[in-house]
Amino acid sequence: MTMQTYVGTRTIRPDGVDKVTGRARFGADFNLPGQLIGRVLRSPHPHARILSIDTSKAEALPGVKAVVTRDDFGDQPSEFIPAGEMMMNYRDVVRNVMAREKALYEGHAVAAVAATSAAVARRALKLIDVKYEVLPHVIDVVDAMRPDAPLLHEDLYTAGVEPKPEKPSNVAKRVEITLGDIEAGFGKADLIIEREFRTAAVHQGYIEPHAALATVSEDGSTELWTTTQGHFIVRAHCARLLGLDIGRIRVTATEIGGGFGGKTVVYLEPLAIALSRKARRPVKMVMTREEVFKASGPTSGATVRVKLGATKDGKFVAGFAELKYQAGAFPGSPVQPGVMCAFAPYDIEHVNVIGFDVVSNRPKVAAYRAPGAPISEYAVESVVDEIAKKLDIDPIDLRMQNAAREGTKAAYGPKFGPIGLEETLNAIKKTEHWNAPLRKWQGRGVASGFWFNIGGETCASLTVNEDGTVSLMAGTPDIGGLRASLAMVAADELGIPYDKVRPIIGDTGSLGFNFLTGGSRSTFSGSMAIVEAAKQIKTELCARAAKLWELKPDQVEFADGQVKPLGAAADKVKAMSIADFAKVAGKTGGPIGGTGRINAQGAGPSFGTHLVDLEVDPETGRTTILRYTVAQDAGRAIHPAYVEGQFQGGAVQGIGWALNEEYVYGADGKLQNAGFLDYRMPVASDVPMIDTILVEVANPKHPYGVRGVGETPIVPPLGAIANAMEGATGIRFTELPMSPPKVLKALKERGLNGRVAP
Amino acid sequence: MAKHHIEAVVNGDAVEFLCETEETLLDVLRDTLHLTGSKEGCASGDCGACSVTLDGRLVCSCLVLGCEAGGRRIETIEGMAKGEALHPLQQRFLEHAALQCGICTPGFLVAAKALLERTPDPTETEVRYWLAGNLCRCTGYDKIVSAVMDTAVAMRKG
Repeated sequence: MTMQTYVGTRTIRPDGVDKVTGRARFGADFNLPGQLIGRVLRSPHPHARILSIDTSKAEALPGVKAVVTRDDFGDQPSEFIPAGEMMMNYRDVVRNVMAREKALYEGHAVAAVAATSAAVARRALKLIDVKYEVLPHVIDVVDAMRPDAPLLHEDLYTAGVEPKPEKPSNVAKRVEITLGDIEAGFGKADLIIEREFRTAAVHQGYIEPHAALATVSEDGSTELWTTTQGHFIVRAHCARLLGLDIGRIRVTATEIGGGFGGKTVVYLEPLAIALSRKARRPVKMVMTREEVFKASGPTSGATVRVKLGATKDGKFVAGFAELKYQAGAFPGSPVQPGVMCAFAPYDIEHVNVIGFDVVSNRPKVAAYRAPGAPISEYAVESVVDEIAKKLDIDPIDLRMQNAAREGTKAAYGPKFGPIGLEETLNAIKKTEHWNAPLRKWQGRGVASGFWFNIGGETCASLTVNEDGTVSLMAGTPDIGGLRASLAMVAADELGIPYDKVRPIIGDTGSLGFNFLTGGSRSTFSGSMAIVEAAKQIKTELCARAAKLWELKPDQVEFADGQVKPLGAAADKVKAMSIADFAKVAGKTGGPIGGTGRINAQGAGPSFGTHLVDLEVDPETGRTTILRYTVAQDAGRAIHPAYVEGQFQGGAVQGIGWALNEEYVYGADGKLQNAGFLDYRMPVASDVPMIDTILVEVANPKHPYGVRGVGETPIVPPLGAIANAMEGATGIRFTELPMSPPKVLKALKERGLNGRVAP
Repeated sequence: MAKHHIEAVVNGDAVEFLCETEETLLDVLRDTLHLTGSKEGCASGDCGACSVTLDGRLVCSCLVLGCEAGGRRIETIEGMAKGEALHPLQQRFLEHAALQCGICTPGFLVAAKALLERTPDPTETEVRYWLAGNLCRCTGYDKIVSAVMDTAVAMRKG
């Protein structure tokens, strides 16, 4: 009998019914008896020294139960700690959570209040008297690098340059990677294209604002419910910032309404705990959308210079890039991964990429889906397209000719194992889309993209219940189908029906440490931990069966969901299912379960290639996406529909980044579009169906061949759309977003605008 | 000022509540009536996560005052399934994987139901423009639009 298997099928997600009925509880849906409402006072200035904060009037307002300021948080030493794909420094984290010496961006938290109602809390904020000395500000990354730029941090000396600079500056760090000899490489080139690109800061745009509910008891025991990509990380940060033992804090990750990297850091959580500790009552805090835009992390805007050399036959021989990324108010832009990814899709002998991490008076950036990669790869993919045009080589063929493949040494270090870039290029070339006709003002663009993906610390458990059903617990928040994927793997491993596995996300008291959901790691690492947990169960059941049947361990095996006697013993005793064993668990040694505790290694990089058709309206400069196809290597798609969903969602976020989204600042250093009306993300009528092609080049380091898939889809769209714009207009746009005013201006400068002839 | 005493019908049940003048219908639904299925994504009518119907008309409940609900009939996501039976839209959202994080899902379902009640046979363009008031950042809309189109076909067949 062949058991039904689930991996690779389109199951109904186990958390689905709660999400279509409104029952699922997200961050702002939790409440506790006696809770207070917390609100944050934020700096109206982009850059100001905080001379004094007087909270006495606010504290005297009836209904106000606690006020916290910088004085409620101890200072932290400067120390860089790896935080997934980014680095962090607690000295900066404590200052971002609550301004100390200076307010460094409009919206920077300066004080917080807990009161009996939101209305009282809002009134209390107006009674807090903050004296500021307003300082000159700087918003743009290039301006911030000038020697005479307003200085954000008087003690910031550029790291990564020898000797150490004599003066502090806004350049936090210089990074560089080198492969081969870049000058010699350009010497071999018949064609060199050099261009400078600019991209705007964009926000992750999750629909659910940050929210946290904290309750601290008299003995310091702390409970926190928060919408986060990593509740174990939140626990660690809060313990550190508030001087608490990690074991005293229990964090429950609520359902999370989108994160895309933006919910990997703390904003409200330490404030809610500090307020609750002072007020001795639960405190609930929820950001407004304006606060989300002004005070939570967008990703960097950047200036990128790319120089690419090729022989006349189209072989890339040398690639140089210089990246200047906005970090926001504190060091820590994703320039390092930007540097590493820039030329990663290509096999180039000579590569040199230099990156600068630059602070300015903007909110501190947070991770955003493949952090850093879309920016640098957009610039490179634009230049690759220009080379294809100049050499009159098909852009897919040119990419194919230079594609990284198994054995290629990447400029950032390793030799690639089996990877699927060529497969995605081939898949795109075979589509009907690639050869479909285009009309005037329409263009077609193609671009490829790369992201590393990560593994990391993961703990997940399986418990066999008394009736043979299985409880699955994972410790990484489920944003887009993790519970479904892990339940499918558990069902296949244990040979039981999918609907007999019930997955939940455990709180920080229920499992060992889990790194956060990010780096496209949760399905990759979680399924490895579940395979390990299932193995423990199978081993345990075989041992118990051998004892029960008085057989040697090698006379028993687990197969097809059953423990079976082998050889001659097969005639004497009857195989037992997991459910059979569940009934006798007590008599055979107690509860049955397994826990995978791993530091997952062997994450496989994922490559993708996107193909887009668009049409530019020469009268308005508006661009309409007509058709879109994504091909990406998933390694193995556990749940194909949710993998497609990652491809489609990433593509549409990329469309927004390319065409419309940007942080717009006034000369006063204030954000002018802190709302969804003016920060315009794509809506349903802006986009077509997003066709998907699942390429599966198995990752040999994963038991099912899985690669992370969540981040790569946002990498190619920027380049693909810029390339299609060139096709439609003949203009090489080098600045994102390619919004209607910019496109119209470019058309006008070339005399191309005007009403389309009927 | 004293709170207003309001009577209304929510998901078929008569309700009464007290609300401040400035409280929105969304505040009342979530904080007073504990119907947290309607979500606040923006509080400015741009994201549609708080979509409900008011006497059959699709509205953003963040743009309606609680006081304005007096004597009106309000339908929220919590009223969409009938007993154990999911609404066909809910069922197809699950089958089509038309949700990822799920925060926008209640708003999309309420909006899509309102569409199909008016336009049982919508084109893809009609679906896309009707749902243009609902933001989804995860799915790229593809599977949402497919689920709505597929539901329309199934509901027409009865």
